[in-house]
Amino acid sequence: MKKQVFDLSPGSRVTGKWSGRVYTIIKKVGAGACGTVFLCRSHQGETCALKLGEDSSRMMLEVNMLKKFSKVQGVKLGPSFVDVDDWVDRSGRTHPFYVMEYVEGASVADFLKAKTKDWIGILAVQLLSDLENLHNAGYVFGDLKTDNLLVSGSKVRWIDVGGVTAIGRAIKEYTEFYDRGYWNMGSRKAEPTYDLFAVTMIMMEMGHPKRFDKGTHPQKTLEHRLVSSPILKPYKRVIQQCWKGDIQSAAQMKDSLSGVLMKRKKTPASSRQRRVQNKKTENVELAALTVASGLFFAVSIASFFL
Amino acid sequence: MKPGRLKQILLLTDGCSNHGEDPVVVAALARNQGITVNVIGVLDDRQSGRPQGLEEVESIAEAGGGVSQIVYQKSLSQTVQMVTRQAMTQTIQGVVNKELQEILGKKQTIEELPPEQRGEVVEVVDELGESCDLEVLVLVDTSASMHHKLPTVKDALFDLSLSLNARSGSNQFSVYAFPDPKKTITKMVGWTPELGEIHGIFSKLNSGGYTPTGPALKEALYAFAGKPLDERLRNEEDPYEETGF
Repeated sequence: MKKQVFDLSPGSRVTGKWSGRVYTIIKKVGAGACGTVFLCRSHQGETCALKLGEDSSRMMLEVNMLKKFSKVQGVKLGPSFVDVDDWVDRSGRTHPFYVMEYVEGASVADFLKAKTKDWIGILAVQLLSDLENLHNAGYVFGDLKTDNLLVSGSKVRWIDVGGVTAIGRAIKEYTEFYDRGYWNMGSRKAEPTYDLFAVTMIMMEMGHPKRFDKGTHPQKTLEHRLVSSPILKPYKRVIQQCWKGDIQSAAQMKDSLSGVLMKRKKTPASSRQRRVQNKKTENVELAALTVASGLFFAVSIASFFL
Repeated sequence: MKPGRLKQILLLTDGCSNHGEDPVVVAALARNQGITVNVIGVLDDRQSGRPQGLEEVESIAEAGGGVSQIVYQKSLSQTVQMVTRQAMTQTIQGVVNKELQEILGKKQTIEELPPEQRGEVVEVVDELGESCDLEVLVLVDTSASMHHKLPTVKDALFDLSLSLNARSGSNQFSVYAFPDPKKTITKMVGWTPELGEIHGIFSKLNSGGYTPTGPALKEALYAFAGKPLDERLRNEEDPYEETGF
């Protein structure tokens, strides 16, 4: 239960007890629920992420997940697996560690700062395509949250697969804000819809930079927060459909969101054009009127003389 | 390996015991009977620093072979389910370690296996955690200082039931409160598979100014067996026979 934070200084070497392979620490990049992640250089000179932890069983389950995903052909789900071993520190204590691909990128919040609101929908669609593949492989992501995502080359990627659970089992790891159980919106069974709810909450978070509590009426709180965010307005219907259970698969939600994004919009440029056109037609009308009234005038003068 | 039935007592308290026998001793006794004791110390959200007396929380859980955690009220829900799950895994790992030692002879544990085999064993442990049957007796300290925390406790118990009922194994829960002037503990909810409908729980409480954690834990042991422990033993029947795998 105790969170152990390791502080390995740059240049420290972590040697595998079983394989003897050596990793040189470059810097610490983060501390998760069950370990500390370091940027490191492998014996072959590659840059990787090394996770050092305490709970050997939990670390091993994560490794099993990482391995499984490198086997799903064609699509890359999560960082690729590199190595797993134990490290014995100077005091003789053994710590499990594993090595994986280092994903470099920006946090979702930082990425969105410089972007238009369309990107909320685009990131959600990207996330849903990955989830579609994961669900098809028989798994649910589980602990889906912005902390577990990075945007790398304008593409969202997940970096922590610790919560991935086989469909039909119980979700073991979750974060309340993204958990449908917390919001009274369903069970904690690993179903594709469990992840879809988390996607709506990630979108909610993009619309409300500060997370909020459930209050006494969780569903009302959600509904109110959804309606009160102008940024979320285009996605309102899809999110509501998801909450009502009208959306059951990642593919379905992806299509609905793509529909919103593909909708023709009145961009500033085209509306200016229309205004110009309007002016033109006005001119034509004015000219026609002048000609008509001129003709009428001429005819009336002529009739006077006749 | 066939999944068995795990038994746990979950003690929720906010202070140290000050009456009757030593809870650490009773927790050790529970462990001998195959019942794990987990303890959560609940702090006020405004409380800063660790108040006195909560070291006991750790000692009770340690003696009871369980998990302990001290938390603020607001994170109670998530902690309750996490502690319960962790204790389950711990118990199952203990059983698996014993089996490993029988097979491999020496003092072999899961942690000491080479990564490849370890990877396979943890999958088995995980599978057992998903499919084993579980009995949790929740023992809530309802002494005066806990009163305003009880709504949060109620939410947390509902949440615990939600988490565990997502598993494929079956669950049984019961809730007891202490102190009770006459019987030491009061039954709030009898054995039930779900803690969904617990309205009105903790509504009529009469608590004195003492915290008899030890005697309460002992009563909880009796409650687990269904009838008084000594009666069962007199009948030369082991009430905990089913425990284990």
